[in-house]
Amino acid sequence: MCLGIPGEIIELIPGPADLATVDVVGVRRAINIGLLGEGEVRPGDWVLVHVGFAMSKIDEAEAAATLALLTGLGQAYTDELEALAESDIT
Amino acid sequence: MRFIDEYRDADKARMLASQIRELCEPGRTYTFMEVCGGHTHTIYKHGLEDYLPEAVTLVHGPGCPVCVIPMGRIDDAMAIARRPEVIMTSFGDMMRVPGGQGSFLDAKAAGADIRMVYSPLDALKIARTNPDRAVVFMGIGFETTAPSTAMTVLRAAAEGIANFSVFCNHVTIIPAIKAILDSPDQRLDGFIGPGHVSTVIGCRPYEFIAREYGKPLVCAGFEPLDVLQSIYLLLRQLAEGRAEVENQYTRVVPWDGNRRALEVISQVMEPRPYFEWRGLGFISHSALRMREAYAAFDAERIFEVPGVRVADPKACQCGEVLKGVLKPWECKVFGTACTPETPIGTCMVSSEGACAAYYNFGRFTRRRIKETSRT
Ligand code: SF4
Repeated sequence: MCLGIPGEIIELIPGPADLATVDVVGVRRAINIGLLGEGEVRPGDWVLVHVGFAMSKIDEAEAAATLALLTGLGQAYTDELEALAESDIT
Repeated sequence: MRFIDEYRDADKARMLASQIRELCEPGRTYTFMEVCGGHTHTIYKHGLEDYLPEAVTLVHGPGCPVCVIPMGRIDDAMAIARRPEVIMTSFGDMMRVPGGQGSFLDAKAAGADIRMVYSPLDALKIARTNPDRAVVFMGIGFETTAPSTAMTVLRAAAEGIANFSVFCNHVTIIPAIKAILDSPDQRLDGFIGPGHVSTVIGCRPYEFIAREYGKPLVCAGFEPLDVLQSIYLLLRQLAEGRAEVENQYTRVVPWDGNRRALEVISQVMEPRPYFEWRGLGFISHSALRMREAYAAFDAERIFEVPGVRVADPKACQCGEVLKGVLKPWECKVFGTACTPETPIGTCMVSSEGACAAYYNFGRFTRRRIKETSRT
């Protein structure tokens, strides 16, 4: 739950819910980007995702480093990814 | 891969280690608290203590949200979850945390409808698709997750989803740090500041630690080199007679935090007069509750919760571990009666808990310390 997982913004989902599709190591899910500034992220940007919300924008290098760190966590990371894969935010 | 090597390079780690050693004054010892469970994890996983001179000791802080939930709150949540009309939703981390009457998993096995969710928005979706049930989200976590819960409540209000509510157990990090600083058995020289919480609250709220307590704090990233560099920065401040808040994790943490997230929290939630922390007791203004304006989404107001206080199990020494007074393996039941499979205390449940991190990664190092101290 405390893990921030890097995701790449694929597209912004139009509508009032402030959603965007992100790609997290191949898993594509909708997340909420409403906690970031208006117009702060665009497709191709990287964000740290906490429990379905983009909490901060990061650069690609940071995303790669964080992913490597998370992979090293083993079970905790696998659990988080599985939970994310189950997620179905609309 | 180039990026990753920059943060992991063993040569760089050794270089930092020798700079750290140079900064240590002979005859002086240094104790730093890593506030966040994520750091505890990195430290054990990468054996960072092996890189540090003996004069530097790292102790864990209270920054594992699952670990600090008191038994009484779990029992209260359970009382809500057992109601036939309720679907209780919770992050996976919470499922095995023991209360006075077992854990969510136990209650689920006994027939309560408790579902694991990845996000509070998933809980909201369950509410949308089950209009005849009362869907309760077990809100836990520091400022990292509080904005998500608050945003979800705003969303529920906007959509008029009346069967959704939050059992709010969100806690705030600053009062906990202050409680530790005020505790008489505290002998810390500085803090490795939490990374992710700081993306929300920024670095400013820590300034009182430097100003009023004269202790440095460095907001740190989670890579092994981040942690080592933060220890270096702390020692440099001490060597130069400074006590300041520094930000090592500028890649992610803005000095002013995430304004929008803070606004959303304070729109929906307000500080509680006091809240109980497992092992630490009652700390004033250390948690959040739903504001009156969102009473319709407040499970505590909607359902009657017993609100009893349940004492921690006798054998459990999580309080000492959470304050950094005791190392996990010094707890009498560590690794014997208390393991990640059958946790007695909360620190053994979450992978960010100090005891679990130590149990999973620390054994080798510990054995080595023992062996070297014997010879
Ligand atoms: S070993 Fe178990 S009981 Fe002891 S402090 Fe750790 S979690 Fe608590």
